Amino acid sequence: MTDFLQILLNGVSLGSIYAIVALGFVLIYKATDVFNFAQGELMMIGAYICYTLIIHLKLGYAISLFLTLCFCFVFGIIIEVLILRPLLGKPVFSVIMVTVGLAVILQGSVSLIWGDDVNNFPPLFADRTLHFIGISLKPTDIWIFAATVLLVIGFFLFFRKSKVGLAMRGTANNQDIALLMGINVKRIFSLSWAIAASIAGIAGICYANVLFLAPDMSHIGLKAFPAAILGGLDSIPGAIAGGILIGICETMAGGYLDQIVGGGIKEISSFIVLIAILMVRPYGLFGKAIITRV
Amino acid sequence: MLNATFRVSYRDDIKLFQTKLVKFWILAFFVFLILFPLIFDRYFIYLANLSGIAIIGTLGLNILVGNTGLISLGHAAFVAIGAYTSALCITRLNVPFVASIPVAGVTAALAGLIVAIPSLRLRGLYIAVTTFAFGFIVEHVIVRWDAVTGGPDGIALPPASIAGLGLDTDRRFFYFLLVMVVVLTAFARNLFRTRIGRAFVAIRDHDISAQVMGIDLARYKILSFSVSSFYAGVAGALLAGYTKFITFEHFTLHLSIEYLAMIIVGGMGSILGSIYGAVFMTFLPEGIRLATDLVRDTYPLLTTRFAALTTVVNGLIIVLFLVFEPEGFYGRWKTIKAYWYNWPFTY
Repeated sequence: MTDFLQILLNGVSLGSIYAIVALGFVLIYKATDVFNFAQGELMMIGAYICYTLIIHLKLGYAISLFLTLCFCFVFGIIIEVLILRPLLGKPVFSVIMVTVGLAVILQGSVSLIWGDDVNNFPPLFADRTLHFIGISLKPTDIWIFAATVLLVIGFFLFFRKSKVGLAMRGTANNQDIALLMGINVKRIFSLSWAIAASIAGIAGICYANVLFLAPDMSHIGLKAFPAAILGGLDSIPGAIAGGILIGICETMAGGYLDQIVGGGIKEISSFIVLIAILMVRPYGLFGKAIITRV
Repeated sequence: MLNATFRVSYRDDIKLFQTKLVKFWILAFFVFLILFPLIFDRYFIYLANLSGIAIIGTLGLNILVGNTGLISLGHAAFVAIGAYTSALCITRLNVPFVASIPVAGVTAALAGLIVAIPSLRLRGLYIAVTTFAFGFIVEHVIVRWDAVTGGPDGIALPPASIAGLGLDTDRRFFYFLLVMVVVLTAFARNLFRTRIGRAFVAIRDHDISAQVMGIDLARYKILSFSVSSFYAGVAGALLAGYTKFITFEHFTLHLSIEYLAMIIVGGMGSILGSIYGAVFMTFLPEGIRLATDLVRDTYPLLTTRFAALTTVVNGLIIVLFLVFEPEGFYGRWKTIKAYWYNWPFTY
């Protein structure tokens, strides 16, 4: 039983990171109808920038975090203006491939600038393990979970209460009508990329805190696809639920299925789930069933 | 006035060679290709062979993505299936290399059929994600299924031969590949002169209209996936036979993206485009190598981190082509041609 709980808990903590990354996917998809394949790479950029600020420029943790978020925010706007805006109204293929191209560029740039070595990220929280009825737990995991919950509540309120949030929802609903209502749709697009990039930055710092900092970490972005699609691409609570479910699914597969099927099932379990969802319920658990089908 | 666009019948419209001039240039190009290995050194022949293999893979991908409008982010998986099938046939079953090529193609086509099934209900982005997941799963199965695929160690193959004649030199393999590329290019070109090819294009342009016109969407989508994967499988088998060694590292997401880059650079939905793109993207790293060698003293980092630099350039090429020249080289070529035809008029 404690084994089960431990696996469940590890799943939730891993899933929280997936959830934050998936949140970035959902934000961009909801507002601009673009599925951003470069979310994992944006996350990595955030983590590397923060790392450089702390280690090489010897800035304090808080100020580094703040500067990283500012950088990600601006970076998101730059990407939207330079790359995505010229492709407005172009076929899906072009839009998908441009984000794939962006992912490739960012991936290569990180290896080019920082090298392929694995770096240890300076830990934000004390590195000790708490024990609790036979379950071990790291403070980092709790903080990440808390960060996820805070982000969700924050975004929930942002979309419900603020004027900008309302404008974003309106744009997502129907771009033409949003334009007619006097919403600056271009600015909304830039803003959603900026916010998504900042979220990715937060996710990157969280991930680097738990595991490591290396160009491989962008793979987490790939793992967050299943999370975003399981939850429904246009649903914020869905991203969180999807992320945590995929995290649990992975650790469960690692804990129980690996011994039966042989190693490696952990890595691909989320993708098998992904194909299954797409066959049965392509709009995900919480998404709106308006996704066109043939 | 020499104008290739004036046609009075459908037969004219689908003619293989539109004008005598085209026929002449194709012939001239063939003479050049036959002389190619005699003119250039071994390294260039090696690159030419790699582009030949890439042309076959790209032709297949272009049928699926450019002509049928189904986005595949997992093409490398089909190439991998072809390569491993061929390798296993040769090493375990003692099948001759040439016979293993169609087997590899058919196995990949069957895999394509399986992937096509979930894609039948989906469109655009969702197909991209399905094929992406498939690519990832295949990669992991190859790494983990040691008993069959050799796991991370890969499989080493004996030198390829055809009816007792060894294909062990780059030059011999070049001629063999030339035949393969010509046959498969001719097949692809002719495919689009038939009902099947036109059905693919109709599905790309508007699937519901295509259905209304009496095209069985499920059948043609599955067919497109299968044909495309067949090409990928053949490319994989040729790659295995040529490099004589395969591991999972050859068939990652990077390969899928590289193939997509080839069709973007060359031109979506065009056979000439596939060829331009495949050749360009294969020779590109050499161009980058030359450029970095020039600035080696000022920026030594570019030489040591060459792989990363190539990745960045590949990504930049994808983005820049999509933003500035979405029709690729083929589109640019058409514009230039039209300009000369119509001069002094601008349209």
